[in-house]
Amino acid sequence: MAVDALGSASRTKKVPPWNDPTIRGWVFQIVVVGLVGALAWFLVSNTLENLARQKIASGFSYLNREAGFEIGDTMIAYSPASTYARAMFVGLLNTLKVAVLGIALATILGTLLGVGRLSPNWLLSKLCEYYVEIFRNVPLLLWLFLIYKMISEAFPGPRQAINVLNSFFLSNRGLYFPVPLADPIHEWMGVGLIVGIVATYFMARWARRRQEATGQPFHTIYAGIGLVVGIPLLIWVAGGAPRGVSWPELKGFNFVGGTVIQPEFTALLVGLVLYTSAFVAEIVRSGILALNKGQSEAAAAIGLSRGQVMRLVLLPQAMRIIVPPMTSQYLNVTKNSSLAIAIGYPDLVASVNVTINQTGQAIENVLIIMAVYLTVSLSISAFMNWYNKRIALTER
Amino acid sequence: MTDVLPTGERRQLAPPVTERGALGWIRKNLFSSWANGITTVVLLVAVVWFLQGFLNWAVFTATFTAPNGQACRGHGACWALIHEKYRYIFFGSFPYQQHWRPLLAILTMLAMLISSADRRMWNSRLIWIWTIGSFVTFLLMFGVLSFPISLFLFVALAVGGLGLILRGVIADPVELNAYRALLAIGAIGLVLRVLGVMPAWSLTIAPFDYVETGLWGGLPVTMILATYGLVFAFPYGVLLALGRRSKLPLIKGLCVGFIELIRGVPLISLLIMASVMLPLFLPQGTTIDKFLRALVAVILFAGAYIAEIIRGGLQSLPKGQFEAADAMALNYPQKTILVILPQALRVVIPPLINTFIGFFKDTSLVLIIGIFDFLNTANQALVDPNWAGFPAEVYIFAAFVYFLFCFSMSRYSKYLEVELNKGTRR
Repeated sequence: MAVDALGSASRTKKVPPWNDPTIRGWVFQIVVVGLVGALAWFLVSNTLENLARQKIASGFSYLNREAGFEIGDTMIAYSPASTYARAMFVGLLNTLKVAVLGIALATILGTLLGVGRLSPNWLLSKLCEYYVEIFRNVPLLLWLFLIYKMISEAFPGPRQAINVLNSFFLSNRGLYFPVPLADPIHEWMGVGLIVGIVATYFMARWARRRQEATGQPFHTIYAGIGLVVGIPLLIWVAGGAPRGVSWPELKGFNFVGGTVIQPEFTALLVGLVLYTSAFVAEIVRSGILALNKGQSEAAAAIGLSRGQVMRLVLLPQAMRIIVPPMTSQYLNVTKNSSLAIAIGYPDLVASVNVTINQTGQAIENVLIIMAVYLTVSLSISAFMNWYNKRIALTER
Repeated sequence: MTDVLPTGERRQLAPPVTERGALGWIRKNLFSSWANGITTVVLLVAVVWFLQGFLNWAVFTATFTAPNGQACRGHGACWALIHEKYRYIFFGSFPYQQHWRPLLAILTMLAMLISSADRRMWNSRLIWIWTIGSFVTFLLMFGVLSFPISLFLFVALAVGGLGLILRGVIADPVELNAYRALLAIGAIGLVLRVLGVMPAWSLTIAPFDYVETGLWGGLPVTMILATYGLVFAFPYGVLLALGRRSKLPLIKGLCVGFIELIRGVPLISLLIMASVMLPLFLPQGTTIDKFLRALVAVILFAGAYIAEIIRGGLQSLPKGQFEAADAMALNYPQKTILVILPQALRVVIPPLINTFIGFFKDTSLVLIIGIFDFLNTANQALVDPNWAGFPAEVYIFAAFVYFLFCFSMSRYSKYLEVELNKGTRR
């Protein structure tokens, strides 16, 4: 009865509007949004005024103008006569190249180091520990400078290049090596490679289903290698097996012909991989340590080999712990690749930075950098979240 | 001698010599199997080869004093370069005769950081340590400090307001009146100042020569950017984290959007933005110091990361804490400051220290916009044509200094993780 009376009393009693949480909440939100809006308006109006006064153009029309600057490392055709948009696209491709290679190599090296730290061999585990501590406690930028300067100081000039079999030349201009002469068949071989990879994926799925249904194992690895290597090889033979090769030769002060891995690229990639692998090693180690010891003992008890224990029992479980922190490391590699600008590798930020200096249109260019990195970051996050969901524990 | 005693018990035998002592340890840890043995031998050869080469270069054939770089040629490491340039590397272009000032500033900051690491200091003493320490640091660096009256009025307003909100129910009347007085003085003073009735008085302390931020360089710059970047980013990171957990949709949306935007882009893009766009954002005639621009970028960047860490701490609190605070009729600021944050922040101290290590390293990026931090002064030391050609020595030296800072902080964070969990561990 008393509870009833209390309830009806509070229901009938009118709450004054300044004590109503809903109204308060909305007032508070409107005030905050109003303040943020006022700040934004203040900044935008100042900016417009400053731009008008300094006669800086706005808008993105400059993207179609001629860039006029050289880019040292291009994956697609580019010359100073190309547009700013193309210069930025070349930079973006370089960023992606470094990021993809960096992620792949850092994952491999980091996993080896992480497993190495858990090794029963005292010397191996200590060395891995020292590696991790040394590399993650010093700024990445310092590693980049050190590696870059070591390459340019320690290796000889092009005339005294280290010559291996007259085809590989290592100097402070990078590593020159021969490549097949461009031939239309190469594009078809590329298509063949993709077909081979897709075919391998579907074959692996079929093989797994068959093994689950009948228990018969299938040599997926050998068949996969056959498909991935064989299809492009067949296309090459069918295309008349062109065997022309472009050899690097010393002409004047540098090499011509062949292709080159530039010291800037090498320094950036090596620095990123060495630095990130220290963090990856810690993630892998803690992922494996978090597993119950009974898991490996039980797996051994049902007669699995050491490799099978790792591959079928431990790693799939450790992956659930490893994937989320690994995602943020992959994002870091992508973002850290922007340090390229410090050692002169032409990545996206470097291209855009030159564009800022030439056009003076800072706002548009900074917006482009941010939009591109946000897109790349969100794509990596989306992919890793999808992967994480796929490997997550399926409970009832 | 028999192994069986007269009583029928077996005599306790010592384990064989290959199982105990140094020999046993080597057998167990280095040669437990064939594969292990081979690994050990290969690694041992590699380590000896590397150490021999490195020590030969760094110690045995090194030059420790030399008049110039030429004298170093043909020998091992040229540590004479460090001997020659260490003052520039540590203090940058700060006036040479006054180098004791940045040195004392570094020591003051170290003393602040180390005393804050002691758990016995985790109370109101910390506020005093940081107020006085910061004052001393910036007085030493600038040489002249000038505090406008509006700063004092603002502090009075803030202290009075916070005091009334937080201690309104529990403080005695004398204390409450003090808060009311502070609030009133602050508010009235600021209004008068804005209206222009009150002149722009300021308190100037000028014991040394003024040194502008453009001349600052080396370790103090790195330490100031990392420390104060994080100190200023902290309250705003807390607000972002609270906003992200808020039930109010507009606030939540603003905070989530901001955090994800900042976390999705590299620090370099923010630094470039701060260096080229910040001057455009401000009204005509206002110039903003380059050092301050870098600090703004670092603060914006750090706030988003701190917010995510603190959100982790907020999420780890059981729901009962929020409900209990509500049941005691605490309002939102009281609930947050008195109940929620003290518990949430305690959980996130170790990850916050790890973030600090990250920022200590990441401040090196400011060299891209032309700030002379520790890495940049090390870089500049290489430019001197008299000493050209010894990058490894300088970078190894710089790496060693960074390592000392980061490694000791990461050890401290590990120790603290164990220490803070003592109460909950069984």
